Amino acid sequence: MSYAFEAEGLVKRFGKTTALAGIDLAARRGTVLGVLGPNGAGKTTAVRILATLLRADEGRATVGGYDVVRDAGQVRRLIGLTGQYASVDEDLTGTQNLLLIGRLLDLSGREARARAAELLAWFDLTEAAGRPARTYSGGMRRRLDLAASMVGRPDVIYLDEPTTGLDPAKREEMWGVVRSLVDDGSTVLLTTQYLDEADALADEISVIDHGRVIAHGTPAELKRISGSQTIVVRPTDPARTGDVADILRTSTGNEPELPQPGLLTVPVESDTTFTTVVRRLDDAGIGVVELALRLPSLDEVFFTLTGHGAETLEHGAEALAEVAA
Amino acid sequence: MTTTTRTAQAPRRTRAPKVGALPKRPFGLIRHSSALAVRSLIKTMRTPEQLVDVTLQPVMFVVIFVYLLGGAISGSQHAYLQFLLPAIMVQTVLFASIATGVSLNTDVEKGVFDRFRSLPIARSAPLVGSVVGDIVRYVVSIVVLFGFGYAIGFRIGTDPLSTVAACLLTIAFAFAISWIGVLLGVVMRSPGAVQGTAFLVMFPLTFGTNMMVPTDTLPGWLQWWVKINPVADVMDAARGLIIGGPVATPVTQSLIWTVAIIAVFAPLAVRAYRRRA
Repeated sequence: MSYAFEAEGLVKRFGKTTALAGIDLAARRGTVLGVLGPNGAGKTTAVRILATLLRADEGRATVGGYDVVRDAGQVRRLIGLTGQYASVDEDLTGTQNLLLIGRLLDLSGREARARAAELLAWFDLTEAAGRPARTYSGGMRRRLDLAASMVGRPDVIYLDEPTTGLDPAKREEMWGVVRSLVDDGSTVLLTTQYLDEADALADEISVIDHGRVIAHGTPAELKRISGSQTIVVRPTDPARTGDVADILRTSTGNEPELPQPGLLTVPVESDTTFTTVVRRLDDAGIGVVELALRLPSLDEVFFTLTGHGAETLEHGAEALAEVAA
Repeated sequence: MTTTTRTAQAPRRTRAPKVGALPKRPFGLIRHSSALAVRSLIKTMRTPEQLVDVTLQPVMFVVIFVYLLGGAISGSQHAYLQFLLPAIMVQTVLFASIATGVSLNTDVEKGVFDRFRSLPIARSAPLVGSVVGDIVRYVVSIVVLFGFGYAIGFRIGTDPLSTVAACLLTIAFAFAISWIGVLLGVVMRSPGAVQGTAFLVMFPLTFGTNMMVPTDTLPGWLQWWVKINPVADVMDAARGLIIGGPVATPVTQSLIWTVAIIAVFAPLAVRAYRRRA
């Protein structure tokens, strides 16, 4: 089984803080590895080591079989970075940004121009291509950033929180783009704070907390480990809350809760229970204002796995990493 | 579902090469530094403040000194213009070299630096590119200054070849000084700090000279500083080469200083830049 990239036992300290306490990450060629964890968990540090931007104190990492320290030059020809790991030059136009990267990757003038035009078209930036990047909207800059990471058709792309801050309509489209990266044969390391994003995109997920991998598996495995989903019902007529509670109780075998007046929630394990509930609400003639099946939040996942919430560390390792860098 | 702007189409089949599979091409440092020098130039042109440094500022200085002070200092404005212009050229070019460190610092603070470090280019390529891009700015400032000078009556006292030699010497010296700017740019925490520190360094270096007045009119302690100040040597060399006067000593001193400054600061700057990794 060939790994597109592999990290074993990475340890990284910044002064007195241990950002990584022995982390293992690996992804098979052509898959998406989701790295899930709150700020300060060590995601950024781990990716920077895999991107040859930082040296680990202990442990080793390889990309495409090349060691990130000994063969850094070769590794750099195989990778693309986005988001907080790298950014575009604001004074240059979209085209100039992509051309520059093409030249630095040793593409010929003609190849670089063709590739830049191609990427700009794919990412719907052709109209804006002649304007400096500082005039781009946030979404456009993010697309340019992603285009910049793809100029050399890298084997591995480090995708940093691709949909944070995007509105819901755009999230689905960005997810489509990520899936198509894999179609082209790339391997993607995706860092995210959103379980639904990891669920939607990743073939496997590594959950990171305090510099360690605390869980690893497919999204389905992870959901099984981390506990249940939640059914949320708000009946139109608050007087029927009792009836709704009965339906939920008997369908799931769990006691419903009322986090707010008129709003009921209940944990559910099976994936067919929800449709049963819907049918029974319909049979009982109960109208609903709100009806949803929610995945566990990152907090809930963390609570199950670690016994504490996914709190963002105030003076965490990541913050120190920013200062030290 | 329709949206007015599509985020992206899925990347389809492409004929673009996979860089990882390409063989390495030789002379990378030269090619990459050139590409980065072009980048540096584009940035300069997009940042009007930096252009002001090399166009309006020298013109302003000449106007102020020649018309306000010229009569008082030299008796005639034309004589003062002849005395002043070669030295102002040196000062202008040196001040222009500050911008390298400032924009380098901005790069380092933002993610652009990280992108360069993740690319298969020599560690020093971005530095070399910046410094080379600067040389174009120096040439522009010199051309503007001479153009304006000629318009208000400045004339070369020697010959065009010596004048060009003076310009080249000035550029070489500024190239050396820009490595100090690069060191500051890599080491300091903000572009403002770089600018402030560089100005603090530049002012005594450029004004503590015989740029504006002959040395013997200065107080004793300042004369001592002028004697050891390398910039004074460069200004004397420029004067000698452009309007006439002793040439051999100041030119030799200037060249020695140029080489010494590069030999000390360039390795320091590159090492600090690498360590920023």
